[in-house]
Amino acid sequence: MSGLELRHVRKAFGAHEVFPDLSLEVEHGEHVAIFGPSGCGKTLLLRLIAGIYDPDAGDILMDGRSILDLAPDRRGIGMAFQNFALYPHMSAFDNIASPLSAHGNSAPTEHVREIAGLLKIDHVLSHAPRALSNGQKQRTALARALVGEPKLLLLDDPLRNVDAKLRYEMRLELPKLLRGFDATVLYVTQDYKEAMALGHRIAVMSRGTIRQFGTPEEIYYQPADVEIARLFGDPTINLLQLQPEKNEGGVHIRLSEVAVPLPGGDTLPTGRECTVGLRPEVLAFVDADVPAAIPVTVEAETPLNEKVVSLVRTSCGHELLVSRPAGTPAPASGPAHIGVDPGRLLLFDPSSGDRIALQDAVSTRGGSTT
Amino acid sequence: MDHTSPLETIFRRVALGVILVFFLFPIFWIVLMSFQTNEQILRIPPRVFFSPTLSNYKALISGELITTVGSLKLTFMHNLWNSFFLSTSSVLVALVLGVPAAYAFARFKFRLGEDIAFTLLSIRFAPPLLILLPLSLLFNEIGLSDTYIGLIWVYQLICLPLIVWIVRGYFEDISPDIEHAYRIDGHSWAQTFFRIAVPLARPGIAAAGLLSFIFAWNNFVFALILGSADKQPVTVGALAFVTAAGISYGQIAAAIVLSILPTLALALYAQRYLVEGLSLGAVKG
Repeated sequence: MSGLELRHVRKAFGAHEVFPDLSLEVEHGEHVAIFGPSGCGKTLLLRLIAGIYDPDAGDILMDGRSILDLAPDRRGIGMAFQNFALYPHMSAFDNIASPLSAHGNSAPTEHVREIAGLLKIDHVLSHAPRALSNGQKQRTALARALVGEPKLLLLDDPLRNVDAKLRYEMRLELPKLLRGFDATVLYVTQDYKEAMALGHRIAVMSRGTIRQFGTPEEIYYQPADVEIARLFGDPTINLLQLQPEKNEGGVHIRLSEVAVPLPGGDTLPTGRECTVGLRPEVLAFVDADVPAAIPVTVEAETPLNEKVVSLVRTSCGHELLVSRPAGTPAPASGPAHIGVDPGRLLLFDPSSGDRIALQDAVSTRGGSTT
Repeated sequence: MDHTSPLETIFRRVALGVILVFFLFPIFWIVLMSFQTNEQILRIPPRVFFSPTLSNYKALISGELITTVGSLKLTFMHNLWNSFFLSTSSVLVALVLGVPAAYAFARFKFRLGEDIAFTLLSIRFAPPLLILLPLSLLFNEIGLSDTYIGLIWVYQLICLPLIVWIVRGYFEDISPDIEHAYRIDGHSWAQTFFRIAVPLARPGIAAAGLLSFIFAWNNFVFALILGSADKQPVTVGALAFVTAAGISYGQIAAAIVLSILPTLALALYAQRYLVEGLSLGAVKG
């Protein structure tokens, strides 16, 4: 049975339709990251589930039962807000204890201390929210969401308002923490790294619809469209407008006049351009004598801690980003050669942006897009 | 951060001094008058130095005014009690009615909501005399004339718009997410209202309550028309000092001092809330 299910949910504010028709099914105990640009309706989605707003049409079910007729206080949900939403006139302790006292638990002390200890805020429990640092506020909000051991946990971009160092720490710590709770988790984020780190599956939202729902690997290696490919990955994917050519050896594209074969590209409609996606790590510097080495000119080099990104230009003027682990040798400027792993090349329809599946290439990775 | 030149500082102090004298001198003079006899007050030129007398206060508190044409009964202390009772009850009633109304206006969009809110505000624009005549006829008809309940009801015209409009702003300043979070924690709507919304808007509620208390206390014309001597507050009661034997300035001054005291005490006590409440947003962080 699914832990949470949204069936054809529709929501509009006046003439502005945020969700035309949204469906989502999340397994019990699964952690799902809701990823999307700001304004795509991620937060509204959580608010519909929490009962702050009601959908205009459709149904929302928890454990197979509709929760639409339940008030927010009866849904058994824990939620952490992006702006923390702590009660300013209560101590951190009372903030965390709030879900327990609401359910008539008169002696919540031990439980609150336990969860505060897990989140390392047990030393500031007597403080008022305004005396807490942003990181402590965020942990207090998280503790409040978790303390009632809800069946469903909604986390609305909880790391948005904390500094980079803390965000990095929490990105490592949160999955471990959440594993200790038997809760279905929806985690809203705008940071693809957070989505990849925290979600068993990622739902990529765009303009009120879920464009793709899959594991982080699926999203990364088989993005449903060019927009998702661009959103996931740093540095961003190289996108080139190229026309596949067909000859006796199969279908290929040309980079600096060198043919790069497209395995399984026989089904491609020839004679029209398509968008070729090359992730920077798919490209690598090679020696000139390697077969199918593509001659390029290195224009610039940017070291990014654990990796180095080079900007190169092909002889026909295409600019490409090439990423390699830091410390590996490569020419810093001037002429060089790069190689492409054809199996990891992505093709997109130039007009719709949808990915064009290359059968053979896909099956080597396994799985399928949804 | 201090960019003011010495000249500016001096000018500012002088200006502040002028303003203080402008506002406080009449009060100072009234206080002086309250310790003088009528003869001393009417002396020309007036003197700042005199031998003070407590006879004015004695007359007010004992309720007996000795004039040249005989003794006169004074109901000043009863008037003072009326003022206190009417203002306090009016503010309490207005708070009970106005705070939930302010919350509704702040949080919910409903049909005619803005119109109702504006109508409430527009009551403050209307000159009281405009409504007094029909109101007194109406009150005579339904037996509310010269009753505390009737006066408290009419005082709502003063208190309710103030409370609704000031407190509404405070509720709007509270992030709705704080209330949402409390609901999701498992609390009912009413618990959320009483334990989150009201405590967070408390500075605003205190300021609005204090202001409407002062406005109610200072009201004159409603009680003059709708109440008899028995129900009249100090503002109306002060008229009793205009007697056949002349105007008793000393008693008037003493009455003013006594009637200022409660509001002054309240304002001093609530000053912290008032400044915080009227200048700052209620919730930060």
